[in-house]
Amino acid sequence: MITRFLWRGMDRNVRLFVLLVLAIGIALPLLNQLVPPGSPFHVPAWLMQLMGKYLCYALLALAVDLVWGFCGILSLGHGAFFALGGYCMGMYLMRQIGSRGVYGNPLLPDFMVFLNYKELPWFWYGFNHFWFAMIMVVVVPSLLALALGWFAFRSRVTGVYLSIITQAMTFALMLAFFRNDMGLGGNNGMTDFKEILGFSVQADGTRAALYFASAVALALGLVISAAIVGSRFGKALTAVRDAESRMRFLGYRVEGYKLFVFVLSAAMAGVAGALYVPQVGIINPSEFSPANSIEAVLWVAVGGRGTMIGPVIGAIIVNFGKTWLTGALPEVWLFALGALFIVVTLLLPKGVVGLWGQIKARSQAKKARAPA
Amino acid sequence: MSSTRSTSALLYLSGVTVSFDGFKALNNLSLLVEPGEMRAIIGPNGAGKTTMMDVVTGKTRPDTGEVVFDGRADLTKLDEASIATLGIGRKFQKPTVFENHTVRDNLVLALAGLRKWHSLLLAAPTKAENDRLAEILSIIRMEEQQHMLGARLSHGQKQWLEIGMLLAQDPKLLLVDEPVAGMTDVETETTAQVLREINKTHSVVVVEHDMSFVRALGVKVTVLHEGSMLAEGTLDQVSADQRVVEVYLGR
Repeated sequence: MITRFLWRGMDRNVRLFVLLVLAIGIALPLLNQLVPPGSPFHVPAWLMQLMGKYLCYALLALAVDLVWGFCGILSLGHGAFFALGGYCMGMYLMRQIGSRGVYGNPLLPDFMVFLNYKELPWFWYGFNHFWFAMIMVVVVPSLLALALGWFAFRSRVTGVYLSIITQAMTFALMLAFFRNDMGLGGNNGMTDFKEILGFSVQADGTRAALYFASAVALALGLVISAAIVGSRFGKALTAVRDAESRMRFLGYRVEGYKLFVFVLSAAMAGVAGALYVPQVGIINPSEFSPANSIEAVLWVAVGGRGTMIGPVIGAIIVNFGKTWLTGALPEVWLFALGALFIVVTLLLPKGVVGLWGQIKARSQAKKARAPA
Repeated sequence: MSSTRSTSALLYLSGVTVSFDGFKALNNLSLLVEPGEMRAIIGPNGAGKTTMMDVVTGKTRPDTGEVVFDGRADLTKLDEASIATLGIGRKFQKPTVFENHTVRDNLVLALAGLRKWHSLLLAAPTKAENDRLAEILSIIRMEEQQHMLGARLSHGQKQWLEIGMLLAQDPKLLLVDEPVAGMTDVETETTAQVLREINKTHSVVVVEHDMSFVRALGVKVTVLHEGSMLAEGTLDQVSADQRVVEVYLGR
């Protein structure tokens, strides 16, 4: 009975948390747009932009948690899906520049003119349409995840081997995207964006809208993930995580379960990347760097693996710490990150969200002992 | 070699050989289990009992030989999930229940029927399923614990839950690996009763070390030794067999 009650309570918590995300998503842009600068309640644009970035990271963390926390697939390559979504958005933004680039070529982005491209590569076609780019944001990472997952899960590649494969995937993509003849901007990537849907990307109003869109995307991600995990599919999913071969002997084709969440998770990461790029104003191959993917896993571990709220909180806490530390003591950041990983592994196996439960259990145990 | 051959037997193994790095875990093993039968399989350690179960459930592929279920399905060409769906259930030596799921959810996962990922996404519990769950919970006497997590169950409760999961799966053939390991005499006797009860509606193959348990089952016994069948018959017949005595005592 107690467990059932707790499960129900958790659902309510997730519901409240989704509302909180949406409330912050509405409040910050309003405080930025309607409250005049100088008022103590005015939210400066830089803060909103920073928070928007964190929300994208939070969505990426949620995507990692969906496969790692609920299905036991430790992906060390989710940064690649994030970056691919970002590149799709970047290609759209590049084509919106049109003839306002340095070279003034109406069709070719500046880096192509510079590299003596005579015509637009085939894979750039269609990216002048927003709708096409948005479809690609979901389709490109999903297809990669589908291809990788199909082979890996069918061949029953699990555990550390799968982690290494995903890590190799993002590393290989990084090397590929660094090459100039990929036709995707080489090591400089894409930047100097002008407009999105006709609105200037630098304008405060656009920033507010992008921030709001990020909050909505995160809320949607939470609702979808919670619904999946709460369904009978979710029960099977966590059972696959805990005892994969047992599920096979019960007659479940485990590959299908893994592939579905892996592809869905990749799509979520892609959306996060697409929202990230216009807010930071640049996308380059370093987004594929293996360290990025590992950091995303760390956010989940810090916040609480296998919970809905944990990855969001973890992503925001760690990135807030990163922003602050890399500003105050830049050389300490990597050590702090390493230390954090050790502390979380040793002391907080269930992350910050689990800490609450640990404290509660301890105080209850104390209360139980007190009358004796 | 034809992949589908007609046989009246529910489970038909013929000339099955499995070797691991040259060691023959199964050596030209042949075995027949009739529909509705309960069969006990005994043999010393390393006789190939568990490997035989692995072959039947699709975990291990035999090098040579035929494994046919229900007279038509060639089990050597199917994976674990397909074989389970055909109607072969397996109970492991160590009870393996899903520790982070409640007793009820463990049974829900085992319940015959929905297995595809896309059919589970929007699946709602039906009345027939709830009735079946209530029935199983009462058979294994775990109504009180139905919302308890698997991890919190005692060893005995886990064994019972696993039997409940097998009932939920409703297989035609049940493979039971050492069901009474670590049980008291009373529990062993109860388990024998339960298996006899299950055998009224299902065919059962039991692998067991415990001779008093095999005696309590009172069924046909197959003795395995070094991957092959050594003797077959009632427990009294095989106990009288000189080769069986040598294998068990003559080392």
